[in-house]
Amino acid sequence: MKRVYFDNAATTAVNGEVANLMMEYMTGKFGNPGSIHYFGREAHKAVDGARKSLADLLGASANEMFFTSCGTESDNLALKGVAFANRKKGNHIITTAIEHHAILHACEYLEKQGFTVTYLPVDENAMVSVEDVKNAITDQTILISVMFANNEVGTIQPIKEIGKLAKEKGIYFHTDAVQAVGNYPVDVNEYNIDLLSLSGHKLYGPKGIGAIYIRKGVKIESIQQGGSQERKLRAGTENVPGIVGLGKAAEQARLQMQARTTHAQGLRDRLIKGIQEKIGDIKLNGHPTLRLPGNVNFSFLYIEGESLLLNLDMKGVAASSGSACTSGSLDPSHVLLAMGMTHETAHGSLRLTLGCDNTEEDVDYCLEVLAPIVEKLRSMSPLNATSKLATSNPCNQCSNH
Amino acid sequence: MYTEKVMDHFANPRNVGELENANGIGEVGNAKCGDIMRIYLDVQDNIIKDVKFKTFGCGAAIATSSMVTELVMGKTLEEALKISNDAVAEALDGLPPAKMHCSNLAADALHEAIKDYMQKKGK
Repeated sequence: MKRVYFDNAATTAVNGEVANLMMEYMTGKFGNPGSIHYFGREAHKAVDGARKSLADLLGASANEMFFTSCGTESDNLALKGVAFANRKKGNHIITTAIEHHAILHACEYLEKQGFTVTYLPVDENAMVSVEDVKNAITDQTILISVMFANNEVGTIQPIKEIGKLAKEKGIYFHTDAVQAVGNYPVDVNEYNIDLLSLSGHKLYGPKGIGAIYIRKGVKIESIQQGGSQERKLRAGTENVPGIVGLGKAAEQARLQMQARTTHAQGLRDRLIKGIQEKIGDIKLNGHPTLRLPGNVNFSFLYIEGESLLLNLDMKGVAASSGSACTSGSLDPSHVLLAMGMTHETAHGSLRLTLGCDNTEEDVDYCLEVLAPIVEKLRSMSPLNATSKLATSNPCNQCSNH
Repeated sequence: MYTEKVMDHFANPRNVGELENANGIGEVGNAKCGDIMRIYLDVQDNIIKDVKFKTFGCGAAIATSSMVTELVMGKTLEEALKISNDAVAEALDGLPPAKMHCSNLAADALHEAIKDYMQKKGK
């Protein structure tokens, strides 16, 4: 069966060159970068090279890059590290309602530790307002954390403006750029970013490796105690294969950035246009233009996301949904609800995220199988407005639904 | 995560649709939770002659709806009333734990439809 992978926002395939390089650093060049002998020096040199590659991708200096285990760890380090180190300065943090759980749950933890957190709302396109950020600032604000681009609906936030505002006010600005780095041009100086989280497996690198950019001079403390790795900020033996893999992936992303974004955006627009032409009663979620090059997110009215995903999977198309069934809770995605969507519409959301390895044939195949699936599920749905018995529906609770 | 039986009923649901001559209709769930099940019954001489369903929901919601229609077809109302949500899940060789609560409502919809039939008949 033809298999089409449209879930690149969940994870990407490790690039072959990246995997080969990692293999080298697991077998022959397996040294501990902390060791003084040849093996250690060889590994140390590779880690330094990767750090430089990653810094180059972001327009940063190598000594401003720190390796972690994943995006979640970077987010936790940014929030908790800055909060605890700047406690005397203030106790207020500003973030948004549509952040990844790594940010939201770290903020909840900080609230329990005595910090105050403002969760800014978003508009119907999942866009944060710079004016709202400005109005939320108090003399106690020590950190603003706004994601670069949303993982579900792809909306790219006004990072440059928020960064400028934070700089003017002397407040640290962190951005969770896990979805953007490697797939969209990000420059820490152009955007006035003080801290930035990224993850290896979203840019054709391996899982289990992440990094954080910390601008020189930012006051931050470690949240994990141990050895003196990563300039005492992040204890633990370096994940050398992961680090060299991420370094190589970053180098490729920098060299291919233009081609990568053009490719993804072309496929994205073909898919969006195709769905809009073929299927009725739908809603494009996220900003119509200010969205990640590879992100497509639609709600299909009257049907539920998990059923849609299972049917697509049976036809070989891998996708994702904001439905409660796929979130592991009873509520649909917090992002879709924050955008003001009804539960019904949120349950029927479908996210298709395109990447380097996808082709126009993949898009056309998806379009070919999607329309009949939506039609089939709608014919089974009691919510379908065309239902012959809808008017004689005996359910006296329907007004409450 | 789903058993083969669940996937079979999900991919090839039995008795989907509406019955225009239904004399008992039951609905449970709500769109907020992501599951709505509606069961249509054609009851003749205390026997379920025909049954159809319409469901908005996840794989488990569709599979349990389909299974309950198979279980009650041709049964007496007394027999149908004895079918529980757990029995439906069991007939599907089980459901993932997370689905037992939210998407396993098909027997409830059936019982609502029988209640509706009884009320109409009583009038």
